[in-house]
Amino acid sequence: MTAPLSSVDRPASYIGKSVPRPNARRLLAGRGQYVDDLRLPRLVHVAFLRSPHAHARFRSLDVAAASRAPGVVRVVTAKDLVGRYTPWVGTLTHFKGMKSAPQHPLVAERATWQGEPVVAVVAESRALAEDALALIDVVWEELPPLTDMDVALAPGTAALHAELGDNLCFSRTIDAGAVDDAFAAADCIVEESYSFARHTGVCPEPRSILADFDPAEGTLTVHYSSQAPHMMKEIFARHFSLPESAVRVICTDVGGSYGIKIHVYPDDMTTVAIALLLGRPVKFIADRLESFVSDIHAREHRIKARMALAKDGTIAALTIDDITGIGPYSTYPRTSAVEGNQVVGLTGAWYRCRNYRARLRVAFQTKPPTTQYRAVGHPIATAVTEALVDRAAAALDLDPAELRRRNLIPDDVYPWTTASGLKFEKLSQQAALAKLLALMDYDGLRREQAALRARGIHRGIGLACFIELTNPGPAFYGVGGAPISAQDGCTVRLDPGGSVTCATGVTEQGQGTETMVAQIVAATLGLTLDKIRVVTGDTERTPYGGGTWASRGCGIGGEAALQGALALKANILALAGAMLQAEPAALDLADGWVVDRAGNRRIGLDEVGRAAYFRGDTLPPGVQPELVATRHYVPRIYPFAFTNGAQASYLELDVETGFVKLLKHWVVEDCGRVVNPLLVEEQIRGGVVQGIGGALFEECLYDDRGQLLNGTLADYLVPMAGEMPNIVVEHIETPTAESLLGAKGAGEAGTGGAPAAVMNAVNDALTPFNVRVTSQPISPRRILAALGKA
Amino acid sequence: MSETVTIRLTVNDAPVERTIAPRLNLVDFLRDELGLTGTHWSCEHGACGACTVRVDGEIVRGCLIFAVQLDGANVETIEGMSESGALADLQAAFHARNAVQCGFCSAGMLLTADALLRRNPAPSRDEIRAALSGNYCRCTGYHAIVDAVAEAAQRRAQRR
Repeated sequence: MTAPLSSVDRPASYIGKSVPRPNARRLLAGRGQYVDDLRLPRLVHVAFLRSPHAHARFRSLDVAAASRAPGVVRVVTAKDLVGRYTPWVGTLTHFKGMKSAPQHPLVAERATWQGEPVVAVVAESRALAEDALALIDVVWEELPPLTDMDVALAPGTAALHAELGDNLCFSRTIDAGAVDDAFAAADCIVEESYSFARHTGVCPEPRSILADFDPAEGTLTVHYSSQAPHMMKEIFARHFSLPESAVRVICTDVGGSYGIKIHVYPDDMTTVAIALLLGRPVKFIADRLESFVSDIHAREHRIKARMALAKDGTIAALTIDDITGIGPYSTYPRTSAVEGNQVVGLTGAWYRCRNYRARLRVAFQTKPPTTQYRAVGHPIATAVTEALVDRAAAALDLDPAELRRRNLIPDDVYPWTTASGLKFEKLSQQAALAKLLALMDYDGLRREQAALRARGIHRGIGLACFIELTNPGPAFYGVGGAPISAQDGCTVRLDPGGSVTCATGVTEQGQGTETMVAQIVAATLGLTLDKIRVVTGDTERTPYGGGTWASRGCGIGGEAALQGALALKANILALAGAMLQAEPAALDLADGWVVDRAGNRRIGLDEVGRAAYFRGDTLPPGVQPELVATRHYVPRIYPFAFTNGAQASYLELDVETGFVKLLKHWVVEDCGRVVNPLLVEEQIRGGVVQGIGGALFEECLYDDRGQLLNGTLADYLVPMAGEMPNIVVEHIETPTAESLLGAKGAGEAGTGGAPAAVMNAVNDALTPFNVRVTSQPISPRRILAALGKA
Repeated sequence: MSETVTIRLTVNDAPVERTIAPRLNLVDFLRDELGLTGTHWSCEHGACGACTVRVDGEIVRGCLIFAVQLDGANVETIEGMSESGALADLQAAFHARNAVQCGFCSAGMLLTADALLRRNPAPSRDEIRAALSGNYCRCTGYHAIVDAVAEAAQRRAQRR
């Protein structure tokens, strides 16, 4: 294992080096190529009439006037699409008992959420299409909305989809160890109910699709703002009965995704259906209001949790009961059960406790579908666990940091299997907590807090230890029957001038995927970064792969790039050896040259390339150059590469107004091998702020009729620069031994841990008042309510 | 909507004349009439700053302006300000600091940061945060953007 590691470990290597993203320059110059920036001949635009009700059927639908409106090309209803697609069902076979109803592009008769697409108007411009929408005559019959999760699951409540029998999409229980005995013997029991509101992704670039069908060739090309082009190719082919070979999905630049752009949306499927119907390019760009009512939402949990402890602070047992609402359909193809499944799987998993009981119930409702969004389930599991730990510390009069230290899985006991059955290869929990406490000067901060509290200034310190599920293997989706690739590939080609072109199945949405791949390939081939070109986001030009989600880009795509580059290196050295009459094993690559063991330059890569491509006549007999190599990688030993870390929030609470001022935030995280610290740190920081959004600001507010009350960015609060703290990030590196690169993921750790740290900090600040907040987002109103001032 | 209006204005130092519908928004005008796709639609409500452009030297929300309001105006967009080099130092600082991820908000961020540095050449971090508080970024968490603007401010000060 030592020899091939040289490119990874070499001191001057690009691995571990902060280099800026070469592909970011054009984004900064306004030269991005987002879907809406494309200009195609004969392009037409789609606008949707959406259900104004949470639950309603239409008695009549008249589109005649709209069809005659200026600029209108076609008005499409569900009837026009009959037989042109197959419906989809968001279930996975490994989630036993899971059920959901078939979903269609347009409402045929009954709408089940406010915002569900009903009629598509196709026109020469979006404005003309919207004009025509106003001419559609629909008579609705309102049906009872089903907004509350408990009501949805109460006996006697009518099933939203009669054929399913009830409103329970999925349930799961875990009962590990001897929970009842542990509670009976406990010295201390803490319990609490928590709630987590719906929020949504608010991608700066809304969902965008441009579908173009060429009837002459029978080919469908979809320009798509998506995280998973290969998956969507498979889905378009499958549900529109097209040959796999006829579908191409291209994702050039993607203006933010965060898990929003990885699901099948009925309006996107309608847009593709219209392209097939009309045989010309059709574009749909969601406007902001449509985004709020049709992008997937996330979270919406109510959780009851209890923790039993011994006097010395040992956590003896933990139970949680989670009910989560997912809207009327489980989202296809990842399903809406994974969020809740991860909550019950992850809660408490970073502590030694062996007695664990959990119940999950996933309920249908008449609100937009919820499903995977950045840090799936983690913010909930972490917030509940860490809040209980703080409650227990207070009850036992122990310092919250000390209680964590006593219960975290020790760093020297791995591999470890949790009570819920998760397998950890190796984590650094204790080291991360110790590093965090030193980084933030925990003791000093506590002294400062005490001094200020004496003066009526209420500051809070919140800690959160966390784990993050990354690098998912096929056990995540593939085993359940979903067309979702856990593996990824990378093709690496030496070009005649000595530069290298790579194509990878992982995609770029701004994380720095292309830079990460380029660094690994450059380091392995002894080249500078400017010699490497990386191609992503095109199903016709990249090896098959899953794309970028679940913090897999570097851990899986990076390993494929490393293996591809090593294979190309072997091919280059074989050819160079033949040309130089030297043993390939005695040669290496450095600074664009083939060098010998002593580092002497023997032949330039440009000369190797030219000989291979232009002067085959000069090569020794029998030598066939192969200056391209493709390698794939899928993790198979561990189902997931778990990462870990610890976060802290320091804030000041205005007890008169309920306003929270975030003063500072710290993160220590261990994502294994860090290829580019600059990129990793910005993933962490961005993730933290996204978590803070959910913790303090973001909520899709619904009334009891299922109507969204805040569908604009003037009403739905997102984190802005003025309210956000500076964020200090440090690393610990515990590489996974499953891959040569050793990288795990870093994309979701910030989001997973921040809400817990912030909620604990708010409650820490509230300590003198002996009250707590347990509902996120923690709005000023909720804080004042806790203080009895609202 | 059949009525049209002819406007003459300067966009990125070039004279432009177009006959347009009165309801045409400035962002659509730039994107669809002139092909300047660096200015983005995002919130469509004046809240997020992705559509920020300069009009007669002041930054404005493109989404809140009709193109017909700009007869005789001087409009600068990310494309023009990139080509002229007006933003080069900010762009270099954003690049070096990785203060850009998906890039969708970047044009607005750069123009807003530039406006700040023109009126306050030595802003504190809090002043930078306040100035950028009308510009929504979902990717970075803002810290890197604040760093980049502070770095560019320092460099502008050294040049002076």
